[in-house]
Amino acid sequence: MAFHLTQGTFSFLPPLTDDEIRKQVQYCLDNDWPINVEFTDDPHPRNSYWEMWGLPMFDVKDPAAIMYEINECRRAYPNHYIRVGAYDRSKGRQTIALSFIVNRPPHDPGFGLLRQEAHDRVIRYTVHSYATDKPKGERFTD
Amino acid sequence: MSTIPTTQTSGPDNVANPELDTSSDASVDVSDVLEESQVMEVLQKLDQELVGLKSIKTRIREIAALLLVDRMRRSLGLTARPPSLHMSFTGPPGTGKTTVAMRMATILHRLSYVRKGHLVAVTRDDLVGQYIGHTAPKTKEVLKRAMGGVLFIDEAYYLYRQENERDYGQEAIEILLQVMENQRDDLVVILAGYKDRMETFFQSNPGISSRIAHHLDFPDYALDELLVIAQLMLAEQMYRFSPEALQVFEAYLKRRMHMPRFANARSVRNALDRARLRQANRLVAKGGRISKTDLMTIEAEDILASRVFSEEMLDEEQRSDTEEATSVCGDPNVGTK
Repeated sequence: MAFHLTQGTFSFLPPLTDDEIRKQVQYCLDNDWPINVEFTDDPHPRNSYWEMWGLPMFDVKDPAAIMYEINECRRAYPNHYIRVGAYDRSKGRQTIALSFIVNRPPHDPGFGLLRQEAHDRVIRYTVHSYATDKPKGERFTD
Repeated sequence: MSTIPTTQTSGPDNVANPELDTSSDASVDVSDVLEESQVMEVLQKLDQELVGLKSIKTRIREIAALLLVDRMRRSLGLTARPPSLHMSFTGPPGTGKTTVAMRMATILHRLSYVRKGHLVAVTRDDLVGQYIGHTAPKTKEVLKRAMGGVLFIDEAYYLYRQENERDYGQEAIEILLQVMENQRDDLVVILAGYKDRMETFFQSNPGISSRIAHHLDFPDYALDELLVIAQLMLAEQMYRFSPEALQVFEAYLKRRMHMPRFANARSVRNALDRARLRQANRLVAKGGRISKTDLMTIEAEDILASRVFSEEMLDEEQRSDTEEATSVCGDPNVGTK
């Protein structure tokens, strides 16, 4: 089975269609959550700072414009992971309310487990993305 | 609501197609659709609050009727291509172009033609950049903000500056053209400006002209329409004319209309603001107890103090309305140096 990155909401579902993405975007706009588009080619789970595709769209109130930006990002970076985030600014929350992946590279080699031997017989573990063996910009190119 | 899947590629009046069942007794009541959309109250408000503009109101009603019929068709399973609703408003300043554009956004929203019904009003500066590569992102940002609503471009002819080759207006126009054609159901574009300049603009950009379905002309207001507008404006702010003031205001308008830079309803609003200023001055100078009626009433003297009555007009000897103004206010020195 091909590796499927399970980060963000809906990640255990099959990838969302454009219609479904649009409906989610409409839901976010209805809740007054501005939307942001980000992309990265480093899928490590602790990589929380993806690169921003333009500024957060604070003044855009219609899903058509946001779908346009998502498609533009897909056109520019077809082999990167692209995610959509929605920020909830209400008091008591002030955090990302919804974040889901809208574009995946066609083939992700997945992760391997790295073991590091520390003092005594302690082993420290980490995950390592095989994609990051290649330099930035040359990952996921098949 | 049933949706009939249409798989045939033949023409619209293919009665032999069993899916296009014209013999069914399905019907829809116009009054139901009307009530549901609540478009009547918007149209009525339009009638009451906007004076004159007969051709505009007729066109708006026609658009409303078409969109209602589209709704009825959809409810019976007939498909309907959304009509192109881009418009061009031409006319002198102060004739209500921006006001009607804002109403249009609400009306289209009530008819579910645009999703949000907000209006984004821009001029050339909001669309055109100052250096290469600046225009496209600027225009696209504006278009993204306007999606789901109405984009109102004021003084649209400034977009295309023929005399300056380094002008980037053409780029903005091209982006606009693309969006106007391909994203008709996401955005409605309304252009506005003076009639003759818009004509030149359309001639040099036939692409834009062909994408605009409704060319609406806003004529200058007539004297009686301006009077009604003045009274509506006053009533809105809880003022009113005294009977003499109304007559004097009519004389004022007659003179002002022929003076340069007359901007129809806007000039009327400015004149009323100045009259309020003079009324305030008069009341404060009067002192003592002032009744509510006094506070609400604009008297003739508040209007007569205008320089329109005292300013020398070059060809006033030929004008008969000077005599009329003289007869109304009784001052023999009006209109003479």
